[in-house]
Amino acid sequence: MSTLETIPNSKKEVLVEILLRLADDRLILGHRLSEWAGHAPELEEDLALANIALDMIGHASALYGYAAQLEDKPDEDHYAYFRDDIDFKNIALTELPRGDFAFTTARLFLFSTFSYLLYNNITQVIEEEQFNGIIKKHFNEIKYHLRHSREWVLRLGDGTDLSKLKIQQAIDDLWMYTGEMFETDKTENLAAGYNLFIDVPVLKNEWMKWVTETLEEATLKTPDNNQYMFTGSRQGRHTEHLGRLLAEMQFLRRSYPDADWK
Amino acid sequence: MDTREKLDAFQKRIDNDEKIEPKDWMPDRYRKQLIRMMSQHAHSEIVGMLPEGNWITRAPSLERKLVLLAKVQDEAGHGLYLYSSTETLGARRQELVEDYIYGTAKYSSIFNYPTLTYADICVIGWLVDGAAIVNQTMLAKSSYGPYARANIRICREESFHKKQGYEMLAKMAAGTPEQRRMAQDAVNRWWWPTLMMFGPPDDESPNSAELIRWKVKTKTNDELRQSYVDQMVMEAEAIGIKLPDPELKYNNNTGHWDFGEIPWDEFWNVIKGNGPMNRERIKARRKAYEEGAWVREAAMEYARKKQLREEKAS
Repeated sequence: MSTLETIPNSKKEVLVEILLRLADDRLILGHRLSEWAGHAPELEEDLALANIALDMIGHASALYGYAAQLEDKPDEDHYAYFRDDIDFKNIALTELPRGDFAFTTARLFLFSTFSYLLYNNITQVIEEEQFNGIIKKHFNEIKYHLRHSREWVLRLGDGTDLSKLKIQQAIDDLWMYTGEMFETDKTENLAAGYNLFIDVPVLKNEWMKWVTETLEEATLKTPDNNQYMFTGSRQGRHTEHLGRLLAEMQFLRRSYPDADWK
Repeated sequence: MDTREKLDAFQKRIDNDEKIEPKDWMPDRYRKQLIRMMSQHAHSEIVGMLPEGNWITRAPSLERKLVLLAKVQDEAGHGLYLYSSTETLGARRQELVEDYIYGTAKYSSIFNYPTLTYADICVIGWLVDGAAIVNQTMLAKSSYGPYARANIRICREESFHKKQGYEMLAKMAAGTPEQRRMAQDAVNRWWWPTLMMFGPPDDESPNSAELIRWKVKTKTNDELRQSYVDQMVMEAEAIGIKLPDPELKYNNNTGHWDFGEIPWDEFWNVIKGNGPMNRERIKARRKAYEEGAWVREAAMEYARKKQLREEKAS
């Protein structure tokens, strides 16, 4: 659903929309994390970042696969390779360029905290069995993403003066992209009505509490929420970065769409 | 025991196929040769992440993306495992790493070639990992225990990578005209460099005799190369891929496939640093190492502070 399309009008359409929103966040952030392969600050982090990227892209693939089944599309690749940036629903936070290790750590921590709370809550309301099963399975891996990124926020925040400066800068730079996590719209309201989703704004206080606690422990400052917040990505209004990411990700598949690439 | 007696006893253990373990006595030269070989192997795994990593963000399906990402992650794991094994000989990881990114230590020259199309990823899985398996299957029987065990584990994963690469290449070779073109082109580019992976011909291989006497290796470069060629001729034929050597011919007398002259000038040139990607590979590794310095320092400083706090508390 881009800005041009209407609100989904059946339970199935709502479910597909929710699946795509969850999947797009994970594919795009997974893509950014996968860019680290071979370039991480130490070998252990090459392993860890690749591992988390694998989880995220794997989660996206499972969610797309389910949507494809519902919509009678060929497979999960339909959504990853054959949609344009105005069709993607990921929040802008996930599409921002890779940045340095501080930026990667800060983004992963802010997103994983959100992801943890979201999954923990939606597994309790989703009645759709297949959907709930997928989310529960992925939730276990998200716990690791949160733990890993939190530990690095502590190390960088309470490490050297330089690392503290860098991680604080990253948190500050990312803050304006965190508002989108807690936005809701008609589609999500409908989804909550069908017991397919929750009212995400209710997660904000708990997210703030968790993030603030970790930042304090890391001797860092929590940025002010009274600042400009980026908005619109869930409706397809992205930054300029997504188009380039997709150009790279999709080029081969789109150049030869009739070939078998699986 | 004097040195002569120690040496004799050591050779006797080797001849009896005993494994040498980290705390056992070993000649300095044995230790040095192993540190050289094992760290070279580790560096190769790490540099090898670069040409493959080049296609992660462009893989043509989510499934292939996951397969490639997992493969590159495995290479990092192999590197880590091999560095740890090398440390059992008294070397330090940081010094070994700095030895190849700033010094003269080598890594496998095969990774100094570029990956131009996605078919290159399949060919690396099939031919490059295929060659590595031939070599590592031998090294899995190496006299040095930790290295032998590392290779057993690595071979298991490499076999899986090879299968995945070969299957996708087979699919491309039987696919659309564009896929077939990419597949054949990639094989044309990678075939000769993979033959060079086994090292110089036996009569120009200075370390071989000693390594074989110590059973670090059990076969010569040329023997390994021949068994690789014999195997690959069959596998290429099975998927309709042509190996770019007009002189490939089955020899009834030897029971092996004869092959044409390997372009050794190219081999020595690439070793000297003059391959298409040598400078870029080293530059990328240096960049990661240098840009990661502040992260490693922060982690150490954090650990130090944490320990201090814990000591105070107790």
